[in-house]
Amino acid sequence: MSTTILISGGRIIDPGQGIDEVADLLITKGKIAWIGDKGKAPSQPDLTTIDATGLIVCPGFIDLHCHLREPGFEDKETIATGTKAAARGGFTTICCMPNTNPPLDTQSSIDYVKKAAEVEGAVQVLPIGCVTKGRQGKEITEMSELAKAGAIGFSDDGEPVASSRIMSLAMDYSQASGLPIIDHCEDQELSDGGFMNDGWVSARLGLKGIPKVAEEITVARDLALAQLTNARLHIAHVSTADSVELIRQAKDKGTTVTAEVTPHHLTLTEERVMGSKLEEHNQLTYDTNAKVNPPLRNKEDIAALIKGLKDGTIDAIATDHAPHTLVDKMCEFGLAAFGISGLETALACLMSLVHSDQLDLNTLISKLTSEPARIIGTRYGELGTLKPGCRADVALFDPNKEWTVSSLDFASKGRNTPFDGCHLKGNVMITIVGGKIVYKLNSK
Amino acid sequence: MKTVEPGSGTATPETLPPLSTAVWQHRHILDLDDFTQEEIELVMETADAMAEVLTREVKRVPTLRGKTVVTMFYEPSTRTRASFELAAKNLSADTISIDASKSSVTKGESLLDSLCTIQALGADFIVMRHSQSGAPYLATQYVNSSIINAGDGWHAHPSQALLDLYTIRRHLGKLDNLKVAIIGDIMHSRVARSNIWGMNTMGAKVVLCAPHTLLARGMYDFLSKCNLSNVSIETAVEPALEDADVVMLLRLQLERQQSGLLPSLREYIQLYQLTMERLSLARQNALVMHPGPINEGVEISPEVAHGAQSVIAEQVTNGVAIRMALLYLVAGGKNK
Repeated sequence: MSTTILISGGRIIDPGQGIDEVADLLITKGKIAWIGDKGKAPSQPDLTTIDATGLIVCPGFIDLHCHLREPGFEDKETIATGTKAAARGGFTTICCMPNTNPPLDTQSSIDYVKKAAEVEGAVQVLPIGCVTKGRQGKEITEMSELAKAGAIGFSDDGEPVASSRIMSLAMDYSQASGLPIIDHCEDQELSDGGFMNDGWVSARLGLKGIPKVAEEITVARDLALAQLTNARLHIAHVSTADSVELIRQAKDKGTTVTAEVTPHHLTLTEERVMGSKLEEHNQLTYDTNAKVNPPLRNKEDIAALIKGLKDGTIDAIATDHAPHTLVDKMCEFGLAAFGISGLETALACLMSLVHSDQLDLNTLISKLTSEPARIIGTRYGELGTLKPGCRADVALFDPNKEWTVSSLDFASKGRNTPFDGCHLKGNVMITIVGGKIVYKLNSK
Repeated sequence: MKTVEPGSGTATPETLPPLSTAVWQHRHILDLDDFTQEEIELVMETADAMAEVLTREVKRVPTLRGKTVVTMFYEPSTRTRASFELAAKNLSADTISIDASKSSVTKGESLLDSLCTIQALGADFIVMRHSQSGAPYLATQYVNSSIINAGDGWHAHPSQALLDLYTIRRHLGKLDNLKVAIIGDIMHSRVARSNIWGMNTMGAKVVLCAPHTLLARGMYDFLSKCNLSNVSIETAVEPALEDADVVMLLRLQLERQQSGLLPSLREYIQLYQLTMERLSLARQNALVMHPGPINEGVEISPEVAHGAQSVIAEQVTNGVAIRMALLYLVAGGKNK
């Protein structure tokens, strides 16, 4: 049932259109109908009015990178729970990675995810197909067919394509589809079974380290291959200063590359592995909720990542939402699964950068809306904008509302968050997908 | 020395220092990074009293009567395990020993489940050895028993470091301003990591010595970030040995060469083995130590290992006194 909704008196920010003003927004028949001065909207029958005074009204967020775990790992997450988590985080379109079981390397598996999402999904789900069959790194997938089925890009996320030859072939072949190769850049020979960033904390804790160069070498390789092939390349979860610099140089040369960064790599350092209340209790915790791949790095990397966002080197922010069960995480650090359940804390984490004057609000919103929309393209309609006529995907959030993260309240099955118990400022109030309210704070 | 009447059972160690909670804070022993100088002194003082108990005809005091000490070893160990069990028995505790490689672990039971089971059986102290760094820290978050780390992965081996400090002090009378060279596989060594903290706190000057492939890349930053200003790093053995008061060798696991960290055992021996000739670079009568088990002819030559300056066997003896002291102190510890 689509309703007619007037969002009144909010600060509308739509970076794609260059809009930042207090105004009213009218939604009819699931589409954006009108934006204009407060109280001036054309009158409508059966109008639901939302008082958005003090709230930011922006296009619903788009997540280029998340893990919904279905099919195959439904104990970690399902399309139903993952999309609910997305709605709670203000996301209206999410792109799911293909490292499921079976992996999304055939038309039928892509179809399955799309159909399940249509039936059970609270938000729009766009699948990403595999680069290689079975994510084995040996033979490229039937990319044209996957594209036709609806994939928005190709990735072997989590199991990076080790062979430069296969990657080069994948890039050449993918061009026909016009879709990007999305690479999780990691030289696994160098990361060699490591658990966290290779640095002083790993030396102190006696944990095997993952050196930054394991990422940078693969970023450099992929950029060189993208230059050679002219293929579209998207670098997933950039985590180091030198990766940012490599991408910047490649963009200067005209390489068709885009890049994303996660909220946790923008806000946490390797020291978080020692525990969140180290100074208070003076006891290490080896916190498995801070175990993530790529690993949390240093302050210098965070500064470079923020700079990269500002100057356009990094195009988008993506959550890399990686839900896991309690059993996957409540164990020895070395045995714990990598990943952070990130959809429901993304905005509040990122708002800490705005509140501390490291990033301006318009840039932040563009990295969650218009920029990822540009990477996805228009085959699913125009995304990430409040242009009249476009599907009404809208997020309303209170930039100053304070709340305490409690993973027990998550809609996601994954309670694995290093932000549990953190006091954050900035909270999603309402999420609207296709003109329908799919999430409202404090209502189940 | 006090003699004990035959048949009188256990004796009270009258020489034990009074437990001062003002000095002693620990309910668990995880590493030496949170030990103060006073606490380390107290452990050694207590160990002195325990050493005295060990010279008696009946080596047993009733301190932990009615308490249960469980040793839970997820890695093979001979000396540490025997040492802890002997220490617990000397304090009249009941001991249970669980060989995790043969227990329900092989049926897929998780560490936390095993710990909770052992706690439910009434363990007051759990002495843990585990191949994963940080495992005992996980344990303290989920069980109430006192956890004593008997070695976790590459991370820490606090009782070993304490017995090393104790052995040095017994021979040289002090720890501050002594030069201690720790030579070998620093990267993978929990013994080295715990000794770094303990010796730094006690004012000894530590020189870590290893080829770069056996030295964690973050080690330099670790030392500076944690203000371990008494600790330095050398990659050549000669400057490390020069004027050293103590030379501590670490076991070289043979799989290090197999995984490519060393070109050959031969070159390691040429560059790093402690020979009589190299030992002469250290101070006269410098102590030679090794946490064991030793690879004779690899990190240490047999002449040195069994020579006059070697205190390797004595380390083992002192281990029992130190572990008795730790159990005794932890039984009275309140806070951490």
